[in-house]
Amino acid sequence: MMEPIYQLSNLQKIYEGRTVVDIEHLEIEPGEILAVVGPSGAGKSSLLRMLNFLEYPDNGELRYQSKPVTPNLPIEVRRQVTTVFQHPALLHDSVENNIRYGLKLRGQSDSTDQVHSVLERMGLVALRKAQARTLSGGEAQRVALARAMVLRPAVLLMDEPTANLDPYNVGLIEEVARQINQEMRTTIILVTHNVFQARRLSSRVALMLNGRIIEIAPTHSFFENPTDPRTRAFVQGEMIY
Amino acid sequence: MPEFEVFVGAKHPQTPQIRGLFIFSYVVMEQLWDGIREGLRLFFTGDPILWEIILLSARVSGIALVLSSVLGVPLGALLGLNRFKGRRLVQAIVYTGMGLPPVVVGLAVYILLSQGGILGPLNLAWVPKLFTVPAMIVAQVIIATPMIIGYTMSAVAEVNPDLRLQVRSLGATRLQTTLAVLREARLGVVVAIVGGLGSIISEVGAVMMVGGNIDGSTRVLTTAIMLETRRGNLDLAIGLGIVLLLLSFLINFGVTQLQGKGK
Ligand SMILES: Nc1ncnc2c1ncn2[C@@H]1O[C@H](COP(=O)(O)OP(=O)(O)OP(=O)(O)O)[C@@H](O)[C@H]1O
Ligand SMILES: [Mg+2]
Repeated sequence: MMEPIYQLSNLQKIYEGRTVVDIEHLEIEPGEILAVVGPSGAGKSSLLRMLNFLEYPDNGELRYQSKPVTPNLPIEVRRQVTTVFQHPALLHDSVENNIRYGLKLRGQSDSTDQVHSVLERMGLVALRKAQARTLSGGEAQRVALARAMVLRPAVLLMDEPTANLDPYNVGLIEEVARQINQEMRTTIILVTHNVFQARRLSSRVALMLNGRIIEIAPTHSFFENPTDPRTRAFVQGEMIY
Repeated sequence: MPEFEVFVGAKHPQTPQIRGLFIFSYVVMEQLWDGIREGLRLFFTGDPILWEIILLSARVSGIALVLSSVLGVPLGALLGLNRFKGRRLVQAIVYTGMGLPPVVVGLAVYILLSQGGILGPLNLAWVPKLFTVPAMIVAQVIIATPMIIGYTMSAVAEVNPDLRLQVRSLGATRLQTTLAVLREARLGVVVAIVGGLGSIISEVGAVMMVGGNIDGSTRVLTTAIMLETRRGNLDLAIGLGIVLLLLSFLINFGVTQLQGKGK
């Protein structure tokens, strides 16, 4: 058994006196696709920000590859994790330069081949010279995924990456996420409101409610044999938001 | 000018004062046209006195602008991007600095540098002497820096906060994040710098006080205009005025062009 890539214990995040993430214990395995579902305000995005080292727990501990995460985390470690957010924030620059950006941060100047291969993979070759602000929502999200995957991250966090996208783009993004996971053994943590997406993609599912993880189980048993009544309600679509 | 007298007298039977005013403005108008013609001639024939003043102005304001940008842009980025204790106080100080009357800056620099002042008597090598180009640069830097800080601060604060998070998530260090935000806010930063230039190139009070408007060494466009007007050399004054207006126009036109592009 490999050691977990993340270990959370008694982890709390508090905003303005309100505990928005409160996780007693959670381990994430390297190479898995974990879907995190739950209603709006449950604390899913706040959790992802901590997993990306953009914020730090106020209480408890977060370990990444067995080492405690602190603000002094070395940049090489930080760079193993990246997020595709719901609303892609692209730079005022061309598609190509947006994709190249993360590589440039890492001092890799000769990245033409890598960039070209993800452009192809994401169906963006024809748009490579286009200005990012002229893209449609689906195209912009494909650029966001392209610039994350070109970095070959150890962990890819996806925060509702396909919300409000059309079926073509949803399908493409899901397909690429699956490939990234299989080919590069990238650990993926996917926050989604879409139960079907969680079912299609993930190996495990966690339900978050008011900052807590109510239930976490392999995808099949999460949907077929939920133990918590709230999970059952969620799975049966009674918790619609 | 008999026709003029008749014309005024016939149409408006005014008091002698008002009639005097009409005659005066007629004279001024004529001088103005002469002045514009002469000013353009001086400008285009490369009149040495005019050009010496233009070049000195460009040098003083150019150096002052480089210094205040080097100070102001990073400070503005720092203040716009970071939350820290006392940030509001610092911001209030910056905004006050943006509204500083240049004459007060001139007075402060004067007191600082004059022989009877604070730094002047120490005779330190790095302290500029009063009535020199470096003294004028000091005053202009004090005027322009808060403007550049203030405008950079708001340009940077307007950049989508999600972008900062995204850039950090892609592996940017603190410095790289700041650079990315500055790049996103580049139009605003250019506007800040050009605005700083506009404020110092047309400023007269401070450079007069600490530069002294010495012929051939500290005489710049604005102080020369004052002097030549007082001397009655309206043509030269107008020539200088046209150059200054043209510069101001170009600067502001550049700014509006850039702002338009940012939309
Ligand atoms: N920076 C912040 N400051 C204060 N409160 C915050 C901050 N970020 C999040 N919150 C609060 O924390 C709670 C959890 O927010 P979070 O964005 O993590 O929820 P979420 O599960 O991602 O919701 P959604 O599905 O709507 O995206 C919310 O009540 C939110 O208002
Ligand atoms: Mg969220």
